[in-house]
Amino acid sequence: MATHFKIEGLKAEIEGKEILKGINLEMKGGEIHAIMGPNGTGKSTLASALMGHPKYEVTDGSVTLNGEDVLDMAVDERARAGLFLAMQYPSEITGVTNSDFLRSAINARREEGQEISLIRFIRQLEAKMKELDMNPEFAHRYLNEGFSGGEKKRNEILQMMMIEPSIVVLDEIDSGLDIDALKIVASGVNAMRSDDRGFLIITHYQRLLNYVKPDFVHVMMQGRIVKSGGPELAERLEAEGYDWVKEELGIEDETVGQEA
Amino acid sequence: MTTQTILPVNAEGLRQLSEQRQEPTWLTENRLKALELAATLELPKLEKMRIERWDIQNYGSSKESGSIASLAEAPASIQELVKDQESGSLIIQRNSGVVYTKLSSELAAQGVIFTDLQTAIKEHGDLVKAHLHTAVTADEHSVSALHAALWNGGVFLYVPKNVEVSSPLQAVLLTDNEEATFAPHVLIIADTNSSVTYVDNYVSEGSKAVTHNGAVEIFAKSGAKVRYATIHQMGTNVTDLSYRRAIVDNDASMEWIVGEMNNGDTMSDTHSVLKGNGSTSDSKIIAVGSGSQKLNYTTRANHFGKSSESQMITRAVMREEAQAIINGITKIEHGATKSDGQQTEKVLMLSPKARGDANPILLIDEDDVKAGHAASVGQVNQEQIYYLMSRGISREVAESLIIYGFLAPVVSQIPLESLQKQLQAVIEGKLGQ
Repeated sequence: MATHFKIEGLKAEIEGKEILKGINLEMKGGEIHAIMGPNGTGKSTLASALMGHPKYEVTDGSVTLNGEDVLDMAVDERARAGLFLAMQYPSEITGVTNSDFLRSAINARREEGQEISLIRFIRQLEAKMKELDMNPEFAHRYLNEGFSGGEKKRNEILQMMMIEPSIVVLDEIDSGLDIDALKIVASGVNAMRSDDRGFLIITHYQRLLNYVKPDFVHVMMQGRIVKSGGPELAERLEAEGYDWVKEELGIEDETVGQEA
Repeated sequence: MTTQTILPVNAEGLRQLSEQRQEPTWLTENRLKALELAATLELPKLEKMRIERWDIQNYGSSKESGSIASLAEAPASIQELVKDQESGSLIIQRNSGVVYTKLSSELAAQGVIFTDLQTAIKEHGDLVKAHLHTAVTADEHSVSALHAALWNGGVFLYVPKNVEVSSPLQAVLLTDNEEATFAPHVLIIADTNSSVTYVDNYVSEGSKAVTHNGAVEIFAKSGAKVRYATIHQMGTNVTDLSYRRAIVDNDASMEWIVGEMNNGDTMSDTHSVLKGNGSTSDSKIIAVGSGSQKLNYTTRANHFGKSSESQMITRAVMREEAQAIINGITKIEHGATKSDGQQTEKVLMLSPKARGDANPILLIDEDDVKAGHAASVGQVNQEQIYYLMSRGISREVAESLIIYGFLAPVVSQIPLESLQKQLQAVIEGKLGQ
């Protein structure tokens, strides 16, 4: 079935403070959408609310993946339904090796008795790590423990490549990456482009979009998508910043839920 | 307040028992003196826990079990632990006496002595007499006194000078008759520059209350290396009181690996006395508490020797309503210059009713030393659970990954693969998976 992801009127709050004030977005397999915007406008909240982070409470709206109600699912069910979030701040987990973790994640999608064979798993893992120019030793390191910022981001992309989700949300995957790492991450994303996979790239810089060409660009302010367009919108934002958007829309403070 | 210790046996009964076993007079006298002490001494003082309220009077009486000729006859409850040990060095104590003893011919040829303690007293009386109850002494409190009066069966291991034993020796200590006194005593002497690994398991069958009052005494002579690993996996009916102590001479090293996997109330005290210059001690304690267990674990390193080093690590997982007090006591005596004592205690609590208390204590009487401690007590991190679940892993699997991960840095350092696996299996059992 062709991948179809739909967000309608999504509102969410954290500790009683409303951050998302009605998000509408529709994505199909094969499409790359970018959500851009200054800090504090609700971009990362959108990512977390889609994945089901326990701190965020969805108060209104709907999210469906191929017609199924995503908001009704627990976090792990969302993941198994095909949703993947590359996190801005991945957790460090002592004692759980990267490879044990990944194998558990893959096997969680398989029936009992149908688990991936160790040999096959290792072969896949080694191949993907090579693509991402990761030291093979990282497979045996504890999950994200002692990883640099860039290594963590690469590790997120590695997980995406191993799990092969149908909707990928990349939350600030480009922050803290030097240009070489950025290119590697971008090529990882490009290698995963396919007709049945959609990407939602959240970023406040345009630079990642030089390497991963988006089909649609959305600007987020005050917890809403305030402007949408094609790749040319990202280029204009890069050249001119966000002030012209604010001016055009009569927005003075673009942030949401921030203490004055 | 004085708590009167109710003696499980009177002097006359104890004398008769000792004579029946044909013990030498010095031992009979030792036992009788210890019994007198037991009547006058107080119970040990535990940090933040009242042992007075524990069920620790269930000593029963001495009951011998028939010895077994081959491992095929071993009780079903310990079959798993002793399989593949037909030719290995193994002692099995069942209730009040040892029922199986085997020393591999290779080790016998090297002069290693491995037998039950009763036999050792007959055959190597002077060696035993010079060490027995000199590390854990009878006059410490009523529990150590009662142990000295009542101990039975037991393990004696002697490794001669310069002998390096490569394969581990094993003992299994089983209580499966609740009427029987279960008070094994383990005595290990590693002579100058020898090295040895000894592993034991404490196992139980049955449902009526039993008190295990055990002591382990280890003497690592100059330059010797002793590794002692123990897994206690007794049932809810057994209250476990265990004192383990090593006297570590010049340049000798002691390594403790302790799996506290009992299901009943447990008090354990694992103590290295770093007597010699350049002596070292390393203790790893892994514990899982469940049900309504009351647990009191203490690790101690007592530095007397110059340039002595100690490392103590405890990791404990508490589920359901288990309560644990975990103490680490590093004591550096005056004159133990250049010593280094480090300790870490970490407790992970899995339920709101579980309780864990980590008490790192440093007592330093010398300026020229290094010492450090770290302790933490916490719940499972929900951010970590979310992260694992976001990759499709169910909450149950995510939790168990985190729990194993918490224990893994210690479990993975256990140098014997078979022991690692065994411990892993017992941990899984304790965590109800």
